[in-house]
Amino acid sequence: MLIYWANDEYSITIFGHTFVRFFPDWYYNLLHIPSRLAEGMAFHFLFMWFFTLNGIFYILYTIISGEWRQLVPNRHSFKEAWLVLLHDLHIRKTAPPQDKYNAAQRIAYTAIIIMGIGSVITGLAIYKPVQFYYLTWLCGGYHFARIIHFALTLGYVFFFLIHVFQVVLAGWNNFRSVVSGFEVINEQPQPVIETPHEDEKA
Amino acid sequence: MKTKKPKKELTIDQKINRRNFISFATFIGLGSAAFGGYKWLYNSPIETSGITGGTRKPLRRALNKTELFFRNFFSNNHLVKTYPKSMAAKVVRHNSDIGSEGKLPPENWKLQVTKKSGEVLQVTLDELRALPKTEIVFDFKCVEGWDQISHWGGVKFIDFMQHFKLDNEAALQYVGLETPDKQYYVGIDMPSALHPQTLLAYEVNDQPLPGKHGQPLRLIIPVKYGIKNLKRIGSITFSNTRPRDYWAEQGYDYYSGL
Repeated sequence: MLIYWANDEYSITIFGHTFVRFFPDWYYNLLHIPSRLAEGMAFHFLFMWFFTLNGIFYILYTIISGEWRQLVPNRHSFKEAWLVLLHDLHIRKTAPPQDKYNAAQRIAYTAIIIMGIGSVITGLAIYKPVQFYYLTWLCGGYHFARIIHFALTLGYVFFFLIHVFQVVLAGWNNFRSVVSGFEVINEQPQPVIETPHEDEKA
Repeated sequence: MKTKKPKKELTIDQKINRRNFISFATFIGLGSAAFGGYKWLYNSPIETSGITGGTRKPLRRALNKTELFFRNFFSNNHLVKTYPKSMAAKVVRHNSDIGSEGKLPPENWKLQVTKKSGEVLQVTLDELRALPKTEIVFDFKCVEGWDQISHWGGVKFIDFMQHFKLDNEAALQYVGLETPDKQYYVGIDMPSALHPQTLLAYEVNDQPLPGKHGQPLRLIIPVKYGIKNLKRIGSITFSNTRPRDYWAEQGYDYYSGL
C-alpha cells in the first residue's frame, strides 16, 4: 500500500514503483508533481499546523458561541436528511422544515469535524509511530492508519466539490448570508434572509 | 467618527448594506491575504545550501520548529514495535547504493571513530562482534511510503559508546556518520543515536551483511526514516553542531524522526 506520500498536497513521488497505481503517471505529469516528495513533505508539515489549529479554533468557537446546537445532528436528523437528499435530487417536492441548517447539513458539518479529528489522530499515528505508538495502535497499526488518513483526504475532496456545487445552486443570497453571517455574530441574521423571499413564512 | 454625528437613524436597508459591505470587504480582504500569503510562500526563495538545502526558506524554518516541538515527545521508553522473526522479510528490500557501490573486503575495513580530543580510534569488525549482540525485527519505514519488516543483528550504539568509553562524546549533541568514500553521510541527534534500539548492525537475517545492504557495518536506527540508516559506515564523528546530511541537503527534514 504505497499510495501514500504520493498524496500530500502538491507533492508526490515514489520513484516509479509499480503497485496498485494509485494515480498513474499521466496524473502526475498533468499536475507537474513527479518526484517532489521532499517539497511535498515540507508543505505538509507546515500546513498541518494551519489545518489543526484552524480546526481547534473552529470547534472552540462553536462551543463558546453555542452555535454547536445548530450544527450537531439531533434525533430527527438522520430521517430528515434522507428527505432533504430526495428533495435536492428533485425526487420529492418538499423539504422538511429546518432551522438554520437542514438535517443533511447538520450531519455533513458534524461529520467533517469528526473527519478532521480523525485526520489529526491518524496523521500523528503515521508521523511519529514510535513516540505516539498508542495512537498507531488505536488506529489499527501503521498501515491501516495510513489508509484511513488517505481515505479521509479523498473525503475532503468530495466534500469540497459537493459543497461548492451546492453553494452555487443555492445562489447569491445564500452566499451573501454565509459571508455576512460570519461577520455578524451577535445580531440576528434575519434581515439578510428577509429581503429576498417572503415565502418562508407561508 | 466624532466629527459628524448621525443625523437620523439608519434605515434597515442601509444597515443591511453597510453590514454587507463590511462583511464582503473583510471576506475579500482575508481571501486575498490568504491567496497572497500562499503565493509568497510558493515563490519564496530556496535556502542557501549548507547543512540543509533545497527547500523554501520559510518551509525549512517550519521543519526546524516542528522538529523542536516534536522532540519534546521523544523518550527512550518509547520503543519501536517489534515482530517475531518469522514475520521478517526473506528478501530485504534494497533501495539505494549511494556511497556503498561494489564490495569492500572486510579485512581492509576499520571503523574510524574520531574522539572529541581528535584522537582516532580504529575499530575492527571482530571487536564489535565481541560485544553483546542485539537483534531486532521491526518495520523499516521509508519516506517514499514503503515499509518492510526486517531482521537485523548488531551491537547497540549505546553499548558501543560505553565499551569504548565515549562518555565525553555522548555528551555532545550530534553524531555524524559517513561512508568510506564520503558519498553518503548522515547526522543524527544524540538522543536518537543513544536510543536503546539503535544498532551498529553487521547481520541481516542471521547472515553477515551483503554488499548491497552495507557490508560490513551499517546503521539501523528504528526511530528514524530509512534515509538515516546509513549503509557501510566508514567513520563516526561527534559534534555540537549538525553534521552534514545527504538528504537534508536535498530538501528533506533534517530530523526525520519517527
